Order: sequence, then structure tokens, then C-alpha cells
Amino acid sequence: MDVKTMNQSFSIIEDKKSKALLEEVMKYLFLVCAFFAVLAVFSITLYMILNGTPALFKVGLKEILFETQWAPTAAEPKYGILYVILTSIVGTACAVLIGVPIGVLTAVFIAEVAPKKIAAIVKPAVELLAGIPSVIYGLLGIMILNPLMYKLELTIFKDSETHQFTGGSNLISAIIVLAIMILPTVINISESAIRAVPRDLRSASLALGASKIQTIFKVVLPVAKSGIASAVVLGVGRAIGEAMAITLVSGSSVNIPLPFNSVRFLTTAIVAEMGYAADQHREVLFTIGLILFAFIMLVNTTFARILNGKDEK
Amino acid sequence: MERVIVLPGLGEFEKKENNSIQKKGTRVADDIMYVFIYLSAGIAVALLIGILGYVFTRGIKEVNWTFLTSVTSVLKGTTGIAGNILNTIYMVVLTLLIAAPIGIGSAIYLNEYAKPGKLIKMIQFTTETLSGIPSIIFGLFGMVFFGTTLGFGYSLLTGSLTLAIMVLPLITRNTQEALKTVPDSYRSGALGMGATKWYMIRTILLPSALPGIVTGVILAIGRIVGESAALLFTAGSGFLLPRTAQGYLTKILESGGTLTIQLYLSMSKGQYDVAFGIAVVLLVIVLVINFLTKVLASRLDVNRQK
Repeated sequence: MDVKTMNQSFSIIEDKKSKALLEEVMKYLFLVCAFFAVLAVFSITLYMILNGTPALFKVGLKEILFETQWAPTAAEPKYGILYVILTSIVGTACAVLIGVPIGVLTAVFIAEVAPKKIAAIVKPAVELLAGIPSVIYGLLGIMILNPLMYKLELTIFKDSETHQFTGGSNLISAIIVLAIMILPTVINISESAIRAVPRDLRSASLALGASKIQTIFKVVLPVAKSGIASAVVLGVGRAIGEAMAITLVSGSSVNIPLPFNSVRFLTTAIVAEMGYAADQHREVLFTIGLILFAFIMLVNTTFARILNGKDEK
Repeated sequence: MERVIVLPGLGEFEKKENNSIQKKGTRVADDIMYVFIYLSAGIAVALLIGILGYVFTRGIKEVNWTFLTSVTSVLKGTTGIAGNILNTIYMVVLTLLIAAPIGIGSAIYLNEYAKPGKLIKMIQFTTETLSGIPSIIFGLFGMVFFGTTLGFGYSLLTGSLTLAIMVLPLITRNTQEALKTVPDSYRSGALGMGATKWYMIRTILLPSALPGIVTGVILAIGRIVGESAALLFTAGSGFLLPRTAQGYLTKILESGGTLTIQLYLSMSKGQYDVAFGIAVVLLVIVLVINFLTKVLASRLDVNRQK
């Protein structure tokens, strides 16, 4: 008590109390800020479940997930989205199959093969590619890819009588657009994974007489494997969640995901119909959103597991 | 006769030499892989050049002063995107006003205050998750939560609240990275001289980490300008300019489509000329943003070397 009163006479210590209060306030203010992310994820999950599940009960799980007919505005509405789910899976898988090899090899080029000056051109180019808005990819898809696809379609199905011509808005166009759009993600993450491989592993391999290519493919890439795996997972996440670029490019009618069919993805189903949907139709669209959300969460937890696996090593 | 015998022998000797060490230069599999590697990198660069080239050649003739400063109107016979440009600016400013303080504060807590533990792990995990959620989901959430539950309807405010959640992880992560590059000696130096923690953060940490923080904010601007799926059902598609001074205030609660939304709508209506015009404007913004981040990043590097 004595000490305290004595201290108070010094001017430096005098405002200690208000200072300490400010300190505490700031600390909790920052804590609240940090909690916004938790709050956001929690409420998004809650709202997706709240809005997505009613239709599942009203229409029936089986009728939505395992039926193929989509006629939400018919007198007797049908809400089967099996083809839509399949399209998203097939489209994403194919886009990743095309995009990942090109992306990883480009990352190899930037990190291992290219002379510094050329790498200094390619890397910013990739970063710029990542910054281009997705609607522009969609616009170019319509203007460049679709006419090309239409020509291809005309020659392939020249004699077919059953084929429904799509004008080039088909699964292949959408896959190509998606593959291009995941490239920057795959390249950037693979590149940092490749750069993280210790120099001495490369030197040891080269000293044993392996060629540069052998070193890259038998030593560097296997070591960088978990980083490349996370690049693939993030690429999957980006492809499955992309909406605006492929809405118009894919033709957006519900069909079996065959290369020359006009198809609809989970994302484009929402974009195409949310504007005018009402009542049950709208609820089913939220169910589609919930399914998409579930897919994304699956991808995210896989990604987190890969990262944790890397930490444990 | 002797020479004839020697020569084939010599030839054989040369061949053997080829088989061992010298053959290293002609590994066919290696050459094929090199071809693939160069091809892949070539594709990536060609894509960029192709996209930029095509958009600029198709769209540059659309962009002129009237296009940038007027509103599409049948009466006046003008086609313009001034309203959309204004909406985009509103969207960027509003979103950053919400997201930047929260994002930076969150990074400060994670980097300076928090002790490792379950809480931090949860915050880190949710931040990661948030950055992985596709924009269409943000759009749905924003539509029902900000639009319906909070009652903001289709408005710039709904849109910017939605986008604020979306760019939050971007700002948090960049600020965290920037704070990590500030040497620990700065912290202990300030604290050792008697500064309180908040004083130290305010006067020492934030100024040193500024280039990194600004980089994060600029990246967020890029994300906001390029976003479309999250805005379609939250901010709507209004494209008119306010008529009165008061209109600039109430605009926040009115529907407003950004450049990307207008591009999408023009594209669906088949007005490709307008679409390419907007695409040119968007690409110019993207190029400027890219350039700015490059400049700032190099300044950050200089800080590091000191």
C-alpha cells in the first residue's frame, strides 16, 4: 500500500492504470478480431445446413441424390441431381488430370530448368494469370473455345441422327477452361514445394552420375511429393468451386457428363437458377449448395491432413 | 595390309568410347522430358499472351471517354459503364473498411499475443477453411444472412459484407507474414525501453510491417474487383449513377453491379462488344494491381536485408 502511494507521485507511473486498461482492451479487441474467422466459418456451416436440409426431407434424399431427371418448374417437379453431381466430379477430375501435369512441369521449369532471366519472365506471367477475373476466362471460352468445339462436333457427329448439337457449349470446353484456371494455383504451390527440397540432395544425385532430368524426376519430385499433393488438392478445390467461368461455356443443361454433351455443374446449377427460383425449387438449390459445401469441406480436411503429415516428418 | 587391320580396330575403340561416358549427352528419355517441360512452360506463357492479346485487340476500340463516363441509356443512345465503375469503387472501399481492421487485428493477435494451443489451432484452421470456400457459397450465405436475416436485401452493403468475409483470410495471412519478417530485436528493444505492448505494436511493428500489410490489402482489392459469383445474388446488378448528392449516401443500401457482374450480364445477353470493353478495363486494373504488389514486395525485401 505504501509503495503504491509512493509510486503515484511519479508522473511516469501515474497513468499506469489507464495504460494497463488500454493494454487489456486492445488485447481483447484483437482477440475478437481473430474470432471473426471462427464465427464466419461456424455461421456459414450453420446456414448452409439450415437452408440445405429442408428440401432433403420434403423431397426425399433418394429423389434428389439418385434420380437423374431435373424439371423443377414442371407441374410435377422432379429434382434429381445425380447427373449434376457426376458432372462436377468428372469435370473436376479431368481438369485436374490435364492441369496438374502441365502445372507441375511448369513449376519444374521455373524452379530447376530455366535460366534465371527466363524464369523471371515466366513466374510473373503465371502470377498475372492467377489475377485474371474468372468472367474473362468465361468470355474467352465462349468466343474462342465454343466455336472450335462446334466445328469439331460438326465433323464428328456429321452422320449421327441422335446427337443433340450444342453449338460447342459442352463438357470439353468447360474442362479446358477449368484446367487453365487451376494452372496458377498448381504452379505456385508446386514451385515452392520444389524450391524447399534441400540442395544437397540434388548435389548427391548429380555426383552419383544421374542426369539432371533423372535428378528432378527421381529425387526432387519424390521429396516434394507432399507439397505437390497439396497443390493438387487446392487445384481440386478451385475447380469444383468455380462457377462464373463455366456457366455459359458448359451450356448449362442437365445431361450425362459425356464429352460433347451440354452439361451442368453443381456451381452452375446455382448460378443459372437462383435468380428466379422460389419455394421448393429454391430449397433444392440450397441443397445443391450444401452438397458443394460438403465436397469442399472434404477437400479442405484432406489438405489439412496432408499439411499435418508434413509437419510430423 | 597392316593399316587395313588397324583401322577397323581403331573404329571399334571409338565406338566403345561412345558407349560409356560420352553417351551421357544423348539420353533420349531426358530430351523428351525437356521437350515436355519447355512445352508446359510455353503453354502457360502463351495462355497469358493469348488472353491479353485477344482481349485487348477485341476490346480496345470499345473503350473511349463516353464508354467510361456515361451510363447505358436507350434515351440518350449511350453505352457506358460509369455506374459500374462507381459501384466497384464503393464495393472496394466498403469491403476494405470492414475487412482490413478485422484482418490486421486478427493477424496481430495470432502473431503477437496468442500462445500456442487449441484456440490458436482452431483460429488458424478456420482461416484456412475460409480461404478454401468457393465464392458461390459465400454468395449463398451472404444472400440469406446479410440479405434476408439482417434485412439488407440486394445492396452494395450486403455485397461488401459478404466480400469482407471472403478477403479476410487473405489480409490476415499477408499481415501475419509481414509481422513475421519484423526482427525480434525490434520487439525486445521497444519492450526493454519500457514501452507497453500496444505502444510497441503501434509505433514499431505496424510501421515496419506496412509494406507487407499494404500488399495484402492490394491483393484483396484485386480479389474484390475480380469477384463475380459472390456478388450476383448479394449486390445485384444496378448500373445507374446517383442523381443527387444524397443519393451517394443511400447508394450503399441500393443494388449495384460491379464491372465483373456487368461483364457477365452483357455476355449472357450476347453483347460481346460491351463485354470485351469491360474486360479491357478489368485487365488494366489487374495489371496495375500486379505492378503495385511487385513494387511493394521488392520494398519489403529491402527491409529484410537491413
